[in-house]
Amino acid sequence: MTPGTSGSKGTIRVLQLYPRDMNIYGDWGNALVLQQRLKWHGYAPELLEYNPGDDFPDEVDLIVAGGGQDSGQLVIQDDLQMRADTLRGLAEDDAPMLVICGLYQLFGHFFKTRSGTVIPGIGILDVETHGTDERLIGNVKVTTPEFGEVLGYENHSGQTTLGPGVKPLGTVEKGTGNNSKDGHEGARYRNIVASYLHGSLLPKNPAIADFLIRNAVERKYGSFTPGEPDDHFAVLARDHAARRPR
Amino acid sequence: MFSFSIPLGKLVRRVTRLRGGGSAFPGLVVEKIDPGFMQRTLSTLPHGVAVVSGTNGKTTTTKMVVELLESQGLKVFTNRTGSNFTRGVAAALLGEVDWRGRLDADIAVLELDEAHAVHFVNRVPPRYSLLLNVLRDQLDRFGEIDKTAQLLQQIADKTTGTVVLNREDPRVARIAETLHGPDVRYFGLDDSLLGTFPSDDELRAGPGSPAPATVPQRQTADVVLRRVGADDADFEYDGATVTTSMKLRGVYNIFNAAAALVLARSICGSGAATADHTALLNALSKVAPAFGRGESLVVDGLPLDLVLVKNPSGFRLGLKSFPSGGYATMIAINDNYADGRDMSWLWDVDFDSLRKDGVDQVSGSRAYDMALRLQYDDVAVRAVNTEIAPALATFIAGAKDKPKRVFCTYTAMLAIRRELSKITTVEVVS
Repeated sequence: MTPGTSGSKGTIRVLQLYPRDMNIYGDWGNALVLQQRLKWHGYAPELLEYNPGDDFPDEVDLIVAGGGQDSGQLVIQDDLQMRADTLRGLAEDDAPMLVICGLYQLFGHFFKTRSGTVIPGIGILDVETHGTDERLIGNVKVTTPEFGEVLGYENHSGQTTLGPGVKPLGTVEKGTGNNSKDGHEGARYRNIVASYLHGSLLPKNPAIADFLIRNAVERKYGSFTPGEPDDHFAVLARDHAARRPR
Repeated sequence: MFSFSIPLGKLVRRVTRLRGGGSAFPGLVVEKIDPGFMQRTLSTLPHGVAVVSGTNGKTTTTKMVVELLESQGLKVFTNRTGSNFTRGVAAALLGEVDWRGRLDADIAVLELDEAHAVHFVNRVPPRYSLLLNVLRDQLDRFGEIDKTAQLLQQIADKTTGTVVLNREDPRVARIAETLHGPDVRYFGLDDSLLGTFPSDDELRAGPGSPAPATVPQRQTADVVLRRVGADDADFEYDGATVTTSMKLRGVYNIFNAAAALVLARSICGSGAATADHTALLNALSKVAPAFGRGESLVVDGLPLDLVLVKNPSGFRLGLKSFPSGGYATMIAINDNYADGRDMSWLWDVDFDSLRKDGVDQVSGSRAYDMALRLQYDDVAVRAVNTEIAPALATFIAGAKDKPKRVFCTYTAMLAIRRELSKITTVEVVS
């Protein structure tokens, strides 16, 4: 077991994927929550960034990737293809990852725009996305088997269909989710949590944050000893968010 | 030409006013029965139409432009009531035209919401446009910020005379690359102030992160804001730097003063006479913030500042412009349509500057989202109450001996002003 900084139970390296170009909906919130909760659980977080053209860092324990608008997706597209094998290797080796919105789409097989252009994804997730004229916007409430009720906000016009290789994150109670037909939201594969939800997602859904942290720590150190984060504001924020209109 | 629509529209306006109705309804009536009314009326103005748009600071900037032009002796028509869409402009026009449909003004300066501005300029091509910024504002309404930039692009395309652009906002500055017809002028910032204006692309990036690759080369600006002091500022134009006192507060307001100066210089320089700069600066120093934008009220003999925050850049600038030392602080966050409904934006603001003093009261429909946000920045929160009226009362009672500051979203601000009007003098907006 590698010791972390003095007094901590170990160091966890959290990589933000393309934070410069894919950060449109408060994705920093997810990175911040992982950083702080790692500390609260007694581990030393090390926050890393990967942007197009950078050297890909060694020993990545946890990946967080965000949403972007069309221009950001164009900027990262080629670089993402170059890193596809590295990312797939990490995914198959059970590295935990959170992929939101734009990168959720690009972690799938492809994104086909309304005009018919096909933007290839990296196919780690068995999903495909089709651009539509309909923009799905508003508060979302999802019931999930693993994380209880998940709360967030969606804003997307791409609609994602899941293949047999992934499971949905959960069933939509309020809002639309992946697409306007299937009634489910997000995708789960190995230790990857993929979702359209902003809010940011992790602050009001600490169960997902702790799932990612636990898996990162167990993968690196074999076992995880949680701390006791004070979640009373999170509980109240969830309570109020659940009662807001769509 | 006598038109039946104008007397009818004016009559509807009177009747709706008597009934206490909305300001845009008469505009709707006249637009329906006389679709050419607005274009016909505005096309008679000797200096034409100037449109002010962008995501942040339209109202205060428009107010500045109007006061600057008035200092030059121009008669200005503007949409003061904040009806910043086409129908609202038509309604405001109805109040100003005579019964024959003539508008006694030299120029119209109109604040237009980005989306509505496009409809407007398709019908009335402006002679001037001032495009302020594209910040992450109410994205749930417009979808994406690149789309907002495209809307501003369309306003620029329709402009026949001069387009004034923010040199420091890449999405706005880039608009110049595709323009062929109009002249382009810029307002800019001194390098030393660039750090206080995070662009949306830099918002999240940590110190030392490289800038996005596609920032256009910085052009020469017509007016550059060189320095901002406690109650004065330095502007550079025509090769000299001048210092002027400022009633406006907040660095971002004063940057918009540079924008207003460029537009006023463009307009006044384009006529026979060039601008009288002594009068311009005098007018600029006297401009007060528009309704709710950095208002300072007095409670218990001490100032209470209301700082409107509606997007991450604005909130960051608010925190930077108004240091917390010695102040009691309250934050009120609502998530109604006018506030922006997605709370993600709170996570793109750094609250480190509040860590030392903490926050006394957090309120609004999303008070607990805000409290949670502060917790993750290690900022102490002393009380949370989603109900604004009791939260404000507790806040004021608990900080009698301190100046106070309230950061609030739009509808939270309306509620707070309503409460404050019971205990202090609050400007009434007509």
